[in-house]
Amino acid sequence: MSSSLTQSDKRGVAGDRVFSALTVTAGVIILLTLTFVVLFLAANSRGAVYQEDQGGWIVGAFFDYAYPLVIGTLIASLIALLLAAPVAVGVALYISHYAPPRWSKSIGYVIDLLAAIPSVVYGAWGMSFLGPELIPVYNWLHENLGFIPFFAGDPSQTGRTIFTAGIVLGVMILPIITSVCREIFIQTPKLHEEAALALGATRWEMIKMSVFPFARAGIISGIMLGLGRALGETMAVALVLSPGMLTASLISNGNSTIPAEIALGFPEAPPGSERQAQLIAIGLVLFVITLLVNMTARWIVNRHKEFSGAN
Amino acid sequence: MSKRVDAVDLNVYYGDFLAVEGINMSIDARAVTAFIGPSGCGKTTFLRSLNRMHEVLPGARVKGELLLDGENIYDPGVDPVTVRTQVGMVFQRPNPFPTMSLRENVLAGYKLNGARLSKSESDDIVESALSSANLWAEVKDRLDRPGSGLSGGQQQRLCIARTIAVKPDVILMDEPCSALDPISTLAIEDLIGELQRDYTVIIVTHNMQQAARVSQKTAFFNIAGTGKPGKLIEYDDTTAIFNTPKEKSTEDYVSGRFG
Amino acid sequence: MTQTPTPTSVQSPAGPPQISERTSRRSSLTQNVLPSWLWMALLGAAVVLGAALSALLGFNLATWFIFTAVIYVVSSYIVTRTRVNKRRATDALWMNLIYLAFALAILPLISVIWSVASVGIQGLMAPGFLASDMQGVTGLTDQSSQTEGAPVLGGIRHAMIGSLLITIAATVISVPIGLMTSIYLVEYSRGGPLSRAITFFVDVMTGIPSIVAGLFAGAAMAWFLSVFSGVTGLLSTQRSTLGITAAIALAVLMVPVVVRTTEEILRVVPNELREASYALGVRKWRTILKVVLPTAISGIASGVTLAIARVIGETAPILVTAGFVVNTNWNLFQGWMTALPVYIFRQFQNPTSPNFSDPSEQRAWAAALVLILIVMGLNLFARLIATLFAPKQTGR
Repeated sequence: MSSSLTQSDKRGVAGDRVFSALTVTAGVIILLTLTFVVLFLAANSRGAVYQEDQGGWIVGAFFDYAYPLVIGTLIASLIALLLAAPVAVGVALYISHYAPPRWSKSIGYVIDLLAAIPSVVYGAWGMSFLGPELIPVYNWLHENLGFIPFFAGDPSQTGRTIFTAGIVLGVMILPIITSVCREIFIQTPKLHEEAALALGATRWEMIKMSVFPFARAGIISGIMLGLGRALGETMAVALVLSPGMLTASLISNGNSTIPAEIALGFPEAPPGSERQAQLIAIGLVLFVITLLVNMTARWIVNRHKEFSGAN
Repeated sequence: MSKRVDAVDLNVYYGDFLAVEGINMSIDARAVTAFIGPSGCGKTTFLRSLNRMHEVLPGARVKGELLLDGENIYDPGVDPVTVRTQVGMVFQRPNPFPTMSLRENVLAGYKLNGARLSKSESDDIVESALSSANLWAEVKDRLDRPGSGLSGGQQQRLCIARTIAVKPDVILMDEPCSALDPISTLAIEDLIGELQRDYTVIIVTHNMQQAARVSQKTAFFNIAGTGKPGKLIEYDDTTAIFNTPKEKSTEDYVSGRFG
Repeated sequence: MTQTPTPTSVQSPAGPPQISERTSRRSSLTQNVLPSWLWMALLGAAVVLGAALSALLGFNLATWFIFTAVIYVVSSYIVTRTRVNKRRATDALWMNLIYLAFALAILPLISVIWSVASVGIQGLMAPGFLASDMQGVTGLTDQSSQTEGAPVLGGIRHAMIGSLLITIAATVISVPIGLMTSIYLVEYSRGGPLSRAITFFVDVMTGIPSIVAGLFAGAAMAWFLSVFSGVTGLLSTQRSTLGITAAIALAVLMVPVVVRTTEEILRVVPNELREASYALGVRKWRTILKVVLPTAISGIASGVTLAIARVIGETAPILVTAGFVVNTNWNLFQGWMTALPVYIFRQFQNPTSPNFSDPSEQRAWAAALVLILIVMGLNLFARLIATLFAPKQTGR
């Protein structure tokens, strides 16, 4: 091939241009899609805060409609988080530091199976198995701890309460938190662990001294990711909860969450109506909340990256 | 087929960092030229600028001229891909394509570019390339096996076969034996001696005995300190560099007093 | 560790060694180890005591488990504390708690699978469950099934076809976009603002609640249809509730998963292979298509399969975009469509016969069983291709 250097095959050059343009386009499509998500939701929410025939702006009415749902969503997610986070960290520790090494991989798969079960199945399980099982617990809590506002109010006789929904959500986010924590725990530098053990530390002291400090950011971000999932989870709540007004009691019927409200209301809402606009508007609210949670999680991870020694 | 290479006032930059400064040298066709010098002195960077491979790294650029038989490869109209078909390269670690068979590895330069070859054409190319790489006898019965099944030295010879299959004018070798055992190294050194009959061979090596064994001319590169650019200190016949160097630092280096 | 034990290094985290205990009769090396039969005995006692306490409250499995766990954890702490020392007791306590956490995580898994399988297998065995849809199944047929023992009619053929079509369409939309984006991020971008924006917003997209994706797809399709019919006058009566709308919603959920997984895979393709290809005078796009992608293909395939497994179980976005029908609909662009998860949801939430809901529930559990099997099958398949077809590393 003793051809001149300046000659090159035209098709090849064009191929390079076209291909790189295609990849950029794909990236831009993603950005545009997200922009459209926000734009469409915002445009279609307009009817929720502005109606000609009701004298213009009705922000107050929308607020009255939205805030119980926001609080309900937060309550259910917090219950899920309080139940799931300690168990998830424990399970991750079990897999990374306690289980027999030969089994730890298979045990990881078993926990991943929890994530493989579709949310609608969890919802069905919560509605038809867990809820009824919890009725005596709710009765007992009401009789013995009824002075606490959480356990005041008539205990539900179907078990389909926000507390049950929280438990189901907790089961659902458990594998998410576990898998994030497990990854981090496994990455703990062996040197640190052996240093601790060589100093005569017990296994728990070693975990406290070398694993937790290393993994703190990872644990927090795993929990935040789980929270993000719990906030946006729809079907489990829609099936488990019999929705109603906001109440402080966790064991009565009542309360609802944003995703459940949308899922139950949207198929019945006539297109273009105020009701549909309202549902899309709270969808936007939910989007913003989960966005904030996820961004906080990323921020924590990025901030701690330099210190963790993981790189 | 073989071409000479001339560098004229060549500077290589990574972003704002000047990695190699002011290289002027003429490399003979049909000869083996060795680049030696301490780590980080810019010899690999300079080698990679000879077929515009350094451009793969972000921010890398070149000032000056690099002439391939009188044609500047950094001329604005030149396509780097065309340069690389004429100046082949063998890397430090053998890197056969893991998804391809031995045969496909040898033909990679054609197949990856979408060239259509008849069965007999490709058979000829495979046999002649593998024979020139002294590998044909060892692998002719298992051409359809994956290239990663070979030993390290065989893999490196496969990579050389892959490079000569596209019939380049110049072959660059970046420490081709540093990942190999002594016996494989010997086989590669023998091969380099044979390649010089048809090609311009330029080899970067850390091993001074190797430079003395295989090359006719040797270039010594050095660096004044970290953050300073690498420079060509001395370039002469290999015997002169190792026996009667003109520069003090060359003498220190080849006699093992530093580096 | 080669460190010699100086007084400070022994003391610092662990507390001073208990010299006094050295005087006990047993060897100084085994003094801190309690015999293993002790734990078995403790566990046995805890099980019996737990059963007894639980029986006081009216026996059931849950209270038995709770009492046993509490008694065992507390008693083993006390025993270690009194017989050995506080540090070992704390260690044992946390170990027990961690084992307990694992048991707690497994319980719901078993319970869910039991709930699904106990009714679902029977439903799956019902004749024609996989081969028929819900057309012609009315409250009356269900009533006769429940009260007179007639066979449960109706099936999930339409829902499986719907899920299949919608998921395939979502895959067809999202994989090229996701794959090309990750190629851009790994091969082309050099850390510029566009690539940083894409990385950030892909992260954002990962967190989009699935129902919001459904709302978006519905609104986008309605807008598109109104604009399109405004321009051409066609399709003005077309509603936006379509299979393809659901596919778009699922694609929005799939894209970030595909981007993240393929990006990770592409980054571990050794640079040496790219350089080898460039050095042969191969152009970048051909290098990517013929060297990088083939090397990464098993990882990409398993990532895509995992993404499919994730969206095939999604209910909410399909519920609000594709609706639900009783008959089979093969057309993504015309009319409503049922997906398997939506079918499960509807059968629970609005049984075919409100007063005789057993047949509906049986169908729902059986459909849930099918869905779980599909998702787990996809997960296994993904692991299989990731391990079986991973290319051998270049030799070293």
